[in-house]
Amino acid sequence: MAGLPPDIWQPVRLTVELAAMTTLILLIVGTPIAWWLARSKAWWKEGVAAVVALPLVLPPTVLGFYLLVLLGPDGPGGALAGLWGGRTLAFTFEGLVIGSVVYSMPFVVQPIRNAFDAIGDRPLEVAATLRASPLKAFWTVAVPLARPGFLSGAVLGFAHTVGEFGIVLMIGGNIPGTTKVLSVAIYDYVETSQWREANILAAGMAAFAFVVILTMMMLEKRTARIKG
Amino acid sequence: MKFIMPLKLALLGAAVACITSSQALADSANIAVAANFTEPAKEIAAAFKAKTGHEAVLSFGSSGQFFTQISQDAPFQVFLSADSARPKKLVEDGLAVKDSRFTYAVGKLVLWSKEPGLVKGEQTLKDGKFAKLSICNPVAAPYGAAAVEAMQTLRVYDELKPKFVEGANISQAFQFVQTGNAEIGFVALSQVINDKDGSRWMVPQNLYSPITQDAVLLKKGENDEAAKAFFEFLKGPESRAIIEKFGYEVPPAKAS
Repeated sequence: MAGLPPDIWQPVRLTVELAAMTTLILLIVGTPIAWWLARSKAWWKEGVAAVVALPLVLPPTVLGFYLLVLLGPDGPGGALAGLWGGRTLAFTFEGLVIGSVVYSMPFVVQPIRNAFDAIGDRPLEVAATLRASPLKAFWTVAVPLARPGFLSGAVLGFAHTVGEFGIVLMIGGNIPGTTKVLSVAIYDYVETSQWREANILAAGMAAFAFVVILTMMMLEKRTARIKG
Repeated sequence: MKFIMPLKLALLGAAVACITSSQALADSANIAVAANFTEPAKEIAAAFKAKTGHEAVLSFGSSGQFFTQISQDAPFQVFLSADSARPKKLVEDGLAVKDSRFTYAVGKLVLWSKEPGLVKGEQTLKDGKFAKLSICNPVAAPYGAAAVEAMQTLRVYDELKPKFVEGANISQAFQFVQTGNAEIGFVALSQVINDKDGSRWMVPQNLYSPITQDAVLLKKGENDEAAKAFFEFLKGPESRAIIEKFGYEVPPAKAS
């Protein structure tokens, strides 16, 4: 299209990278948490579940504020950045990944936990009587049975990271190619009255959101049919 | 879906809040204030209330943000911009009262750091011994544009550009430096005028075009007592004293 700024697609690429990285990390980190939440008998496990779910309720500004301080030169993030000569994790892609992992965690952990919950004790007991080690039972019984949960978790985690705005605005610094993700780019275009560019990206986001929600609904339906 | 129900409740709550708040607005004016003017605007609003009893409800943001919102019928009655172009455009577009535009302050750009001794002058920019330099969005905020212009005049813009971090408005640009996430940044003098600990360099006026900050009475305030009173109060001696206290220049009042 004529007259479009050449860098209009850069935020799209960056957003996809951020969401993919975040989803990958969340699947790795979130699965053991979800498993523990589903299987543990500890009385305080719902407390942990509540902490994981906090970002559902907290305004992004609360997370943005804490992250800005924690990632900064006086916080642990600054110390971490010092390992490779940086001063702060704010304004970096890594900082955004950390923020997104926290922010999107409930959207990945919850569906996986529900899927593990739904399996119940029985299949794992059967696996144990067939002499499967707990680890083997986990990989060959629990994970395949919980596959719909992993799928919804991955889709929701990815989509929710794409939709992230407040935190990135607060800790990102609007750096093209590093922290200027889609939602921030749209905000920027609107603030500077570049409505055509804003329109293109916003319409794309709306279409993307529609596809995600439709996919989720169809996934749910299929899962229900398998179970029913 | 199960989140439909809370959504309905939220809408109902919002409707109730709107009804009750519009009653409370009877004696108040909504003022859109460019973020650099946050502190003086608060003092002026307090003095205004003490004198007239009217309430000035202040909103802070970048000039570009307010311009967009006002062109979309935002409920502001007075606009204190950080430039003169946007108020002028609003008058041309019929969104602000003709002939109401006047310059309430001329802003000063400062290079500032929280660390003592870090900012020594233009040499600090030329040496570039810092990781991050905070500015505000040069398209949406006049102070950002002034910062870019100053760096271009000093011929350090291209070298420093990779170190930029951008705040959505000057308050955020300031906050990035204040939290130490950026070592230095271009801010408004009014933001650091009471700061004794950090280091600063007053950017010489010959490096950037004057930041002429204009105010306009918006169409929505044309027939509003509180809005008109605030607009006049802004021109008065009490306001001038406050504005000058924060380091702005105030041009002599024009006979109109």
